[in-house]
Amino acid sequence: MARNIVTAFITFICFLLQTTVFKALSFGGISPNLPIIITVSYGFMRGKKTGLYVGFFSGLLMDIFFGEVIGLYALLYMYIGFAIGFLHELFFKEDIKLPILLVAAIDFGYNFIFYCLLFLLRGRFRLPYYFLNVMIPELVYTVIITVLLYPLLFLINRKFDQIEKRSAKKFV
Amino acid sequence: MSPVVKKQKENFKMPSKYVLLILTSLCVVLMVVTFMTNYMGGPLQKIAGYVVVPFQEGISEVGAYLSKKSDDLLQLRDVLKENESLKQQVADLTNENIHLQQQIYDLENLQNLLELDAEYADYEKTGARIISKDSGNWYSGFVINKGSNDGIQVDMNVIADGGLVGRVTKVSDNWSKVLSIIDDTSNVSGMILSTNDNLIVSGSLEKMADNRITFSQLLDSAGLVRIGDKIVTSDISSKYLPGILIGYVTEIHMDANNLSKSGLLSPVVDFEHLSEVLVILELKQNVTE
Repeated sequence: MARNIVTAFITFICFLLQTTVFKALSFGGISPNLPIIITVSYGFMRGKKTGLYVGFFSGLLMDIFFGEVIGLYALLYMYIGFAIGFLHELFFKEDIKLPILLVAAIDFGYNFIFYCLLFLLRGRFRLPYYFLNVMIPELVYTVIITVLLYPLLFLINRKFDQIEKRSAKKFV
Repeated sequence: MSPVVKKQKENFKMPSKYVLLILTSLCVVLMVVTFMTNYMGGPLQKIAGYVVVPFQEGISEVGAYLSKKSDDLLQLRDVLKENESLKQQVADLTNENIHLQQQIYDLENLQNLLELDAEYADYEKTGARIISKDSGNWYSGFVINKGSNDGIQVDMNVIADGGLVGRVTKVSDNWSKVLSIIDDTSNVSGMILSTNDNLIVSGSLEKMADNRITFSQLLDSAGLVRIGDKIVTSDISSKYLPGILIGYVTEIHMDANNLSKSGLLSPVVDFEHLSEVLVILELKQNVTE
């Protein structure tokens, strides 16, 4: 229960930071993509279900404030979290390299699809420009933030694991 | 823990694929409903507004402060370097010269302010603060801290620094979303003030970095439009009030069809450092002049 509250709180805080602080501290008009970081991190650390919920609520908040329709971002992020959840049982969580790689790949894929659907279809054909000025800078910035954020999320997660283990022992 | 004990204690848990299915259908229903109707999830918006907006207001203030500090720090290094050479220069400049330049600058500023204030004086306006910006890097909408409680409605025009910022596209109780004219999806019907030729001003992500907006479909058969001409919102626009300054022509060239012209304009509003805006509490339809 406490774990869920903390997870919800982190999701909420990340949305707030994303739309305020990181927008104010953007470099060249580019800010990192925090919702993707936490969706991927939680999907990877906690599995399909948590990834799905974190993605859904991050997306829903974005939909409510900035979406043209409600549910689009929620759907997209939910599936990202769910898909990453499949890797939960296969890999060690201590190693930071894989989550970074995943965040980078997902962020790039997400932006590329975004460009294709919402820019290319409106006749904005200069892919190299958008590639160099939006996608790559966001990727780099997002990866840097992941390097800082993932260990923090991992520590919080391990703390809860320890607490749960202890209480389970006590109960028996 | 024995399996028997565990079975009794364990609550019913839904497998994640069913959760995914339920939430997916929920999303699809919400998307269809919000797309087909104009209903934008009223209760959701209201709850989100009362929970999120106070935090955003607080954070954006702190964020603006931090960003200013970080700018200051970055500048400090350059400033220290320049200090030496500047001291030399300052000594060379005469007092009288500085004084005169200052006066000219003040005069120009005051004249501009007077002019702009008079231009939009007849509209009733309300000030609002920008509390958050679109989470992605593709769009440049933002959220302001006033909503229907303060009389704001969808399609009301937003101005700042005496120029057009955009229009309101979504309203809740205590917040509303503004689509800025530099956004890639934004199109504004404008006209050249001096010749009354109509044109379309469209935001562009590519030109945003240079602080420019593109315009097109200008029929300037007489060839009178010059660089530096004022572009204002046109009389025939369905959403924007007429005569709001958008910017100045900085580049103009003939299209391939040899009929219309297109080019770039420099907006009067400094979109990068925008923190407070004015919302004109009057819709285009209501103007009777």
